[in-house]
Amino acid sequence: MAQVPGYGTGQTVFIVDGSRTPFLKARGRPGPFSAADLALAAARPLLARQSFPMQAIDEVILGCVMPGPDEANIARIVSLRLGLGERVPAWTVQRNCASGMQALDCAAQSIAQGRAELVLAGGVEAMSHAPVLLSPAMVDWLADWYAARDLGTRLKTLSRLRPTHLKPVIALLRGLTDPVVGLTMGQTAENLAQRFNITREQMDAYAVESHRRLARAQHQGLLGGLEVLYDRDGNYYFADDGLRRDSSVDQLAKLKPVFDKPFGLVTAGNSAQVTDGAACLILASAAAVEKHQLPVLGKLIDCAWAGLDPAQMGLGPVYAMAPLLARHGLRSADIDYWEINEAFAAQVLACLAAWDDANFCRDELHLDVPLGGIDRAHLNIDGGGVSLGHPVGASGARIVLHLLHVLKRNNAQRGVASLCIGGGQGGAMLVEAP
Amino acid sequence: MTDSEHHHWRLDTDADGIAWLHFNKADGSTNVLSSATLAELDTQLTALAAQPPRGLVILSDKANGFIAGADVKEFTALTDSASAMVLIERGQAVLNRLAKMPFPTLALIHGFCLGGGLELALACRYRIAEDESRLGLPEVRLGIHPGFGGSVRLPPLIGAPAAMDLMLSGRTVRARAAAKMGLVDYAVPQRHLLRAARRMILDAPTAKHARGWKGWTNHQWVRPLLAPLFKQQVAKRARADHYPAPTALIDLWRKYGDQPIRMLPEEARSVANLIVTPTAQNLVRVFLLQDRLKSLGRADDFKPQHVHVVGAGIMGGDIAAWCALRGLHVTLQDQTPERVAPAIKRAYALFQQQLKLPRLINAAMDRLVPDCHGRGVGCADVVIEAIYENREAKQALYSVLEPQLKPGALLATNTSSIPLQELCTTLQQPARLVGLHFFNPVAKMQLIEVVSSPDTDPQQAARAAAFARRIDRLPLPVTSTPGFLVNRILMPYLLEAVNLEAEGVPANLIDKAALDFGMPMGPILLADTVGLDICLSVADILARGRDDLVPARLRERVLAGRLGKKTGQGFYRYTNGKPVPLHSPSRPHVSPDLTDRLMLRLLNEAVACLREGVVSDADLLDAGVIFGTGFAPFRGGPLQYIKSSGAAQLLARLRVLEQRYGARFAPDPGWAALTV
Repeated sequence: MAQVPGYGTGQTVFIVDGSRTPFLKARGRPGPFSAADLALAAARPLLARQSFPMQAIDEVILGCVMPGPDEANIARIVSLRLGLGERVPAWTVQRNCASGMQALDCAAQSIAQGRAELVLAGGVEAMSHAPVLLSPAMVDWLADWYAARDLGTRLKTLSRLRPTHLKPVIALLRGLTDPVVGLTMGQTAENLAQRFNITREQMDAYAVESHRRLARAQHQGLLGGLEVLYDRDGNYYFADDGLRRDSSVDQLAKLKPVFDKPFGLVTAGNSAQVTDGAACLILASAAAVEKHQLPVLGKLIDCAWAGLDPAQMGLGPVYAMAPLLARHGLRSADIDYWEINEAFAAQVLACLAAWDDANFCRDELHLDVPLGGIDRAHLNIDGGGVSLGHPVGASGARIVLHLLHVLKRNNAQRGVASLCIGGGQGGAMLVEAP
Repeated sequence: MTDSEHHHWRLDTDADGIAWLHFNKADGSTNVLSSATLAELDTQLTALAAQPPRGLVILSDKANGFIAGADVKEFTALTDSASAMVLIERGQAVLNRLAKMPFPTLALIHGFCLGGGLELALACRYRIAEDESRLGLPEVRLGIHPGFGGSVRLPPLIGAPAAMDLMLSGRTVRARAAAKMGLVDYAVPQRHLLRAARRMILDAPTAKHARGWKGWTNHQWVRPLLAPLFKQQVAKRARADHYPAPTALIDLWRKYGDQPIRMLPEEARSVANLIVTPTAQNLVRVFLLQDRLKSLGRADDFKPQHVHVVGAGIMGGDIAAWCALRGLHVTLQDQTPERVAPAIKRAYALFQQQLKLPRLINAAMDRLVPDCHGRGVGCADVVIEAIYENREAKQALYSVLEPQLKPGALLATNTSSIPLQELCTTLQQPARLVGLHFFNPVAKMQLIEVVSSPDTDPQQAARAAAFARRIDRLPLPVTSTPGFLVNRILMPYLLEAVNLEAEGVPANLIDKAALDFGMPMGPILLADTVGLDICLSVADILARGRDDLVPARLRERVLAGRLGKKTGQGFYRYTNGKPVPLHSPSRPHVSPDLTDRLMLRLLNEAVACLREGVVSDADLLDAGVIFGTGFAPFRGGPLQYIKSSGAAQLLARLRVLEQRYGARFAPDPGWAALTV
């Protein structure tokens, strides 16, 4: 297929700049920031440092899996709270773990088609604020209770109330469970570990390396676009706080499996952390770049989405990256840096194994020859979801933003960012230096 | 009847036969009940009584509100209680006529509805208020109490506890709260106002009054039990010897609370007696001075939207929070997030306390943006520097700020001690620098000194004053001389208190003398609260090398690290934030000149400031000292106090003190002009 000049088959899409909040580990209770607070904290300094007035933004698109009950169409809330004005339309997208990348894809399409010049897009998730719900049985009982008018009926209704009615439904756990195949996300990772013979030691070693890379990046100040968060109690947060500098294979080996007890391999230590955070980017057309004399961080070239067996959802990146590279006539060696979201150490390792496996490439990806290995030294070079967390709606935007910073820092040309998506999908985005 | 006779009130009758009486005072942007507007209302009511409509709705055509109250300016012309009595009885008669109308009457309220305005509404059978409106009876703040039948009609309507609370505190309540307590029949959104009024007139339900236990609170057996409780409540806020009106109101209600016919003339008599007292006259004067300060903010139509504050310390952080509270977009800059974070916490506490509703609190938080990179400088309409008091540091900051300022942006400093003429020298445009001297705590102190040096462009000062009004503060133009006005006048009084303490007079006795005079807080406690280190540094600046003016006692305390409240010990010891005297001798030393020594040093400095022209006239000086220090408002300000006590007498007293205690009591040459 011939190489195309712009995004997909449309006009060129530039990324001007981007910001993100520190990712804050959920600590068993709602964190200090709602999802809208987080997106605002990422977007506000981003807009403040632009040369164009805020009012020049044509559209706001945010990815978010579970906005709070007061955050229906969270993108609109953020847009209004930012002061972009009531005339700027805003919408929210949901593609589970890739919601943030979906927002970038939608924004890019909008620009590529010439419908918008400047779009604020990104992703956000406050996983610690995920609601705790009443069970359907309890809701049913409440309906009877409200309908009961006289004392007799009330007493009768009351007598039907059982302790099990009061058992709460933890929306976060339900959200991380595939209702079609009946597996938690962790169990799908266990499937991959078994299929590709990934050991506990390999997973734990991968997790330790993720922490080591993030620690180095923090120490050297390599995490571009990070903005300080201020809460209402006088605290401030300037770094991803899930980092464990003391993480070691020995320590991780002590952790018990959380999804398949007691014989499973996937532990809290080798999985992505439950985290709150947001990332926002400004996408621009060539006309906007010229009009406002904008600096350019990079270009979005293309995006690919793929579906696969939900029970194997962690392989999503492989299914999405293969056609993306093929469409542009690229092989792995042409890609300078990679970001594959670390939902689980096992899942990233499985992707690497599948990518190298000639049989898998032939049977599943219909490739005569594998596209070539991915060099671990060029993959997630500053850590990933295991060390800094995976606020589901935000990660897609974060990895694209970070990849652009990595390309810039290393004077490199081309990168691919990809995620696995709960429900059995993969998404991948091809980016280039300006 | 022709329209030419009606300047202020316009009558419309609709198809249902409802009369709509629109109040739109011809001269002025605010509706007030002056003699003229009341007289015209009277003729309108007379005509209506002759040809009764289906009902009457009284409403305001002014955008800002219903009626602000009686015309306070008319009070100042009153010299004796007999002429006051005439004025009050005339007002009562008009509202009594309204109350006796044989058809349904309704006050349709939006914006503010205060004092006489609320009394007019109380004379109607029904009241409907727009959700955002505010209602209250603030007469007590002018040294009087409601006189147009308000104190007669309110207790039976909502019960004595709520009624007395409203009248004794002078506070305003929002429409929703007013509806809850029964002050208005309904609080409705603007979109339903007219329909609600029409429905109420057509349905004509029975008028409301306090029921149940609330109704019983006005019973003749209950009033003698409640009256002392009300007096206790009042005593917590104001001293009866300084402010007689609350006590008079409670006594009036206790005696006549269930006999409206007798109570009306007694109410008039009580107010007529109060209104000619020096307390009331001075409080009215203070009210008018406040209006004058407000008007100083109208000289320029500067409409700032975005304020950038540099320095997130106590002052800078609190200034930023206050601006955000008042609806401005604010960026707050300091060197590190660590310095900004505590300011955000204090701002949140302020917003919670002031705004209550989460939606409004969140919006205010969204308006206050931490900005360690100073990205807001270039977009701001006002940039306020509030960093530490160091000339070089401030100048270095200005050299960074000035090139980034957008055209027409105001550059202000919150310095309290460095003359502007020194600060502005390194600026490309020295004329653009003004002082905006806020007082601590920012959220409580209404005054801002707007400081001009000889270099300052007067238009910039006018814009600074307009900014002060935009954030609901009172601007006081002052010259850039050491201490400006407020600190300079306050300091000799504080230092004399320290002298007295050093002589062995217990701190609490010194403070008591000041409280007895009418100061809001004793000077020793004030010094401890401000911080003795800050007092010392201001004192040193003002002393200009004259060491004898700065008590050694103060320096000792600061060297010992006893800096006041913030260190837990100063002249008092603080346990749980409450001051405890350090030692209470059984036979305390008491200076016979205690009060005079404190107050005459303050007055002497005020005279000096007037002579030097720190402010342009005596009224502004009084206003500044009252709103900047809380100087006994019922005494009308230092210069008014000198005038009323006799300047010659005070001067003689000052000379005695000079002989007794030394040169610090040497009368300022300015006394000469006051004693002629």
